[in-house]
Amino acid sequence: MSYFPYLAAGWILLAGLYGLVTSRNLVQAVGCLAVAQSSTYVLLLAIGYRGNGATAPVFSDLPTDAPVVDPVVQALVLTDIVVGATVTALLLSLVIQLRKRHGTVDPEDLTGLRG
Amino acid sequence: MSTPDPLGTADLLPLAVAIPLLGAAVLAVAGRRLPRPGRDALAAVWAAADVACLALLWARTAPDGRAVSWLGGWTPRGGHSVGIVLVADRLGTGLALLVAVLVLAVVCYAWRYFDEPSGEHGGVFPALLLLFEAGMCGFALTGDLFDAFVFFELMGAVAYALTGYRIEDPRPLHGALAFGLVNSAAAYLSLLGIGLLYARTGELGLAQIGAALDQRAAAGHGRDALVVVAFVLVLAGPLVKAASAPFHFWLPDAHAVAPSPVCMLLSGVMVELGVYGVARIHRVVFAGAGGLPDAVVRDTLLAAGVLTALVGAVMCWQQRHLKRMLAFSTVGHVGLFLIGAALLEPAGLTGAAVYVAGHAGAKAALFGLTGVLLDRYGSVDEHGLHGRARELRLIGLLFVLGALALAGLPPFGTGLGKAVTEEAAGHWGGWLPVVFVLVSALTGGAVLRAGLRVFGGLGAPPSEHPEVAATTGEGEEPEIREPGRRPPAPMLLVPALLLVGCLAVGVVPGVGRALAAAATAFTDRAGYLTETLGGPGGPAPAAPEAWWTASGIGLGLLSTLLAVGFATAAIRRDPRRGTGGLYRATVLPLRRLHSGLLGDYVAWLAVGLAALLIALTAQL
Amino acid sequence: MSRTTRLGLFLTAATILAAALITAATELPGFGGSRHPYGERAVAAGLARRTANIVTSVNFDQRAFDTLGEESILFGSVLGAGMLLRLARDERKRRAAAEPVLPTTRLFGATLLPVTLLVGGYLVAHGQLSPGGGFQGGVAVATALHLAYVAADYLVLKRVRPLAVLDVADAIAAGSYAALGLIGLAQGAGYLANTLPLGTFNQLSSSGLVAVINAAVGVEVASGVVVLLAHFLDQAVEIVPRGERQ
Repeated sequence: MSYFPYLAAGWILLAGLYGLVTSRNLVQAVGCLAVAQSSTYVLLLAIGYRGNGATAPVFSDLPTDAPVVDPVVQALVLTDIVVGATVTALLLSLVIQLRKRHGTVDPEDLTGLRG
Repeated sequence: MSTPDPLGTADLLPLAVAIPLLGAAVLAVAGRRLPRPGRDALAAVWAAADVACLALLWARTAPDGRAVSWLGGWTPRGGHSVGIVLVADRLGTGLALLVAVLVLAVVCYAWRYFDEPSGEHGGVFPALLLLFEAGMCGFALTGDLFDAFVFFELMGAVAYALTGYRIEDPRPLHGALAFGLVNSAAAYLSLLGIGLLYARTGELGLAQIGAALDQRAAAGHGRDALVVVAFVLVLAGPLVKAASAPFHFWLPDAHAVAPSPVCMLLSGVMVELGVYGVARIHRVVFAGAGGLPDAVVRDTLLAAGVLTALVGAVMCWQQRHLKRMLAFSTVGHVGLFLIGAALLEPAGLTGAAVYVAGHAGAKAALFGLTGVLLDRYGSVDEHGLHGRARELRLIGLLFVLGALALAGLPPFGTGLGKAVTEEAAGHWGGWLPVVFVLVSALTGGAVLRAGLRVFGGLGAPPSEHPEVAATTGEGEEPEIREPGRRPPAPMLLVPALLLVGCLAVGVVPGVGRALAAAATAFTDRAGYLTETLGGPGGPAPAAPEAWWTASGIGLGLLSTLLAVGFATAAIRRDPRRGTGGLYRATVLPLRRLHSGLLGDYVAWLAVGLAALLIALTAQL
Repeated sequence: MSRTTRLGLFLTAATILAAALITAATELPGFGGSRHPYGERAVAAGLARRTANIVTSVNFDQRAFDTLGEESILFGSVLGAGMLLRLARDERKRRAAAEPVLPTTRLFGATLLPVTLLVGGYLVAHGQLSPGGGFQGGVAVATALHLAYVAADYLVLKRVRPLAVLDVADAIAAGSYAALGLIGLAQGAGYLANTLPLGTFNQLSSSGLVAVINAAVGVEVASGVVVLLAHFLDQAVEIVPRGERQ
């Protein structure tokens, strides 16, 4: 019994946020958002993990009373991954157009909206 | 309980989400072939169908009851279910209905508005509007925390795309990116919080988590840091959506640049859904014995609300970009809604509900009217447009009326909402009504000032303030390709009707009464838990009054007078006069904080979370 | 804010967040614990619906409404990205040029494309039985088509990719998920209720509605991802500013 895996999630989150705060490249910033998001995968899967030989919750080759890890968090993570991938695609298409219109992908140069 | 007969009340809940989803698919397919009027008519029919569905749901829900729908027929056995539950009380249904009505208004407004791409992309814009509607309705009706996250992301993702619609101009792209990055980061923080709650309780439903936390408390486990951290993380998403300071920076950037019809939805109802999310999640999950004490939450959220309201109002007054001004006015008003919700009692919530309904009409109308300016002059700059719109008399009149509604003039719905909320707030802090009057006066005054300058040509054209770089609103891309045409009828009719709606909220006594009952049922946590998890609900507490009082009318007139005074003073002011020391010491630094830099916004997100954690921990 | 101020502000806040997360983590149930009430109920419910892959059962049956929202996000993103990456007023399309490719690379692609397509189809079809499902298989199918781009060039990809058809297929599949939910509603069992015959456990025909929704999602993901990538590839290969000569 330990809580170390949960801490990994926290670390990944903060690393992603740090990247978002300091990034000088929008493509990288979108990547940092994905990093921050992956903390949720780690946390959810860590929460669903079960010791004592529990395996994947797929019963095609398992007796139906075999111990398995929590299938709910796995389903949540699958949903989460699709959400993350599609949002990333949207944000990247904004970056592509911004690069064309603004000639830069450095967020520090985006000063069109302020005050 | 799902009823056995087809199209029972419970079936209307998933239908309210499924109808726009189906409509989006149909439009995406048919829009490639249909001519423009066909697409618009199809979108309008679909939006109207969802209005009808939600109106029926509203009519069939008892004022103090809830319609509960276990999706997939996974009704609980032995108090447990593996499914997702949708729970509609009148407040949630009312908000979803507001969404549907505004979407219908926007579809009609945009009838001849956009120079929409046709062919391959034909129908994409209305399809996205319907997806946006589905996301907002799902978020308003769900009784499941993870499901709320999914629909939060649906409305988010679609809104980012809609915000960046005008790809030829870098500013919408910039605004959409700030919107997307900050809101998505906050959504993932919420998901982390959901994970913590799942680990603690093994549940995902709002009612189930709330009940499990209470059971744990009843078993003698004290409150611990996990609950506090989960509270802050889970609320991060809705608080960012609600643009609570210091999470508000993305809002003016996004709302200033999105196409005007989209702004009507963003400011009119999406931001308010954030406040609703905060209130709902707190009420069902955290308001019991296993959550956080009311006093602690009340003080923290009140502080956030007051800060948001003041920042929004002060920044609103500083703007010359009309849409950005309206966006900051939304920040100011959302702060007031947050105060109403933060009181954690029926009266405050009633006020907030009435206020949200009235505000949606006024704000959407103002954005719609600003769209006419953009259409005609290719500018939304208060200074550049000085006196140019004198020809648009009717539009100008509506704009001024909208400004007065924002200022809280009785008998507009905004005035009634302000009066009820501020009276409730006055019971908790005698100084809180001052905030309401000030924020209403400043936001209404700013819009009034702009209206008098743009449509009336009053005063001398203002000079520039060189000491701060501001977003001007000049050189905007017109959203249609034939500027200078006469504004099409729907662009005039829809804002006018929206203003009538705002007026109706304040004039028709039934609206306030119904919302008071709805807000009271909303605060009935025990009723929510028993009706969701099985068992009949108990009698609901008595609903508060939601009608005009002498003091409410007085304060409404006061804030309106102040707004007129502010606007007149600003117009009469000698344009050559410099700025005062107070301005340079307080307002200028605040303006500089709104830097448009993504890194700053994410840093503020972290700071806000840390501040919430400290504030809550210190009070426990 | 200067960059240093911003970083200082963030690091201070991050320290507080870190402290909070550490405290919360120590109060969570220990890693690998055996208390998973929802998980156990989900396993029982999935087996009762004769679905061997419980994750699929959770996704397409027990929490099918989440997945409806999720595939709507995908649908919305495909529409949204297409709108954002449309041809701007000052841009034009040029014809992609054929690119020289080593014959061995071409052979590699030609061999692997059908194999990957088959694997993708298998993953979709067996979603209720073994790890995989509409999302995973759909992505594999989309990847297969793009082998044409990797191992040949854009012209070949355009030949193997019927974009207009896929665009419509994406929307129809997305809409059919929402529509399939109406079956249960019409039968009075609730939206998205799994009222189809459940079949035999561990057979391809098992799990009732799950298999149907799974297939719809497979079509949507495969076509959606192809369309999404097409918008991005168009930007890289075909769309150039008006007036630029190439």
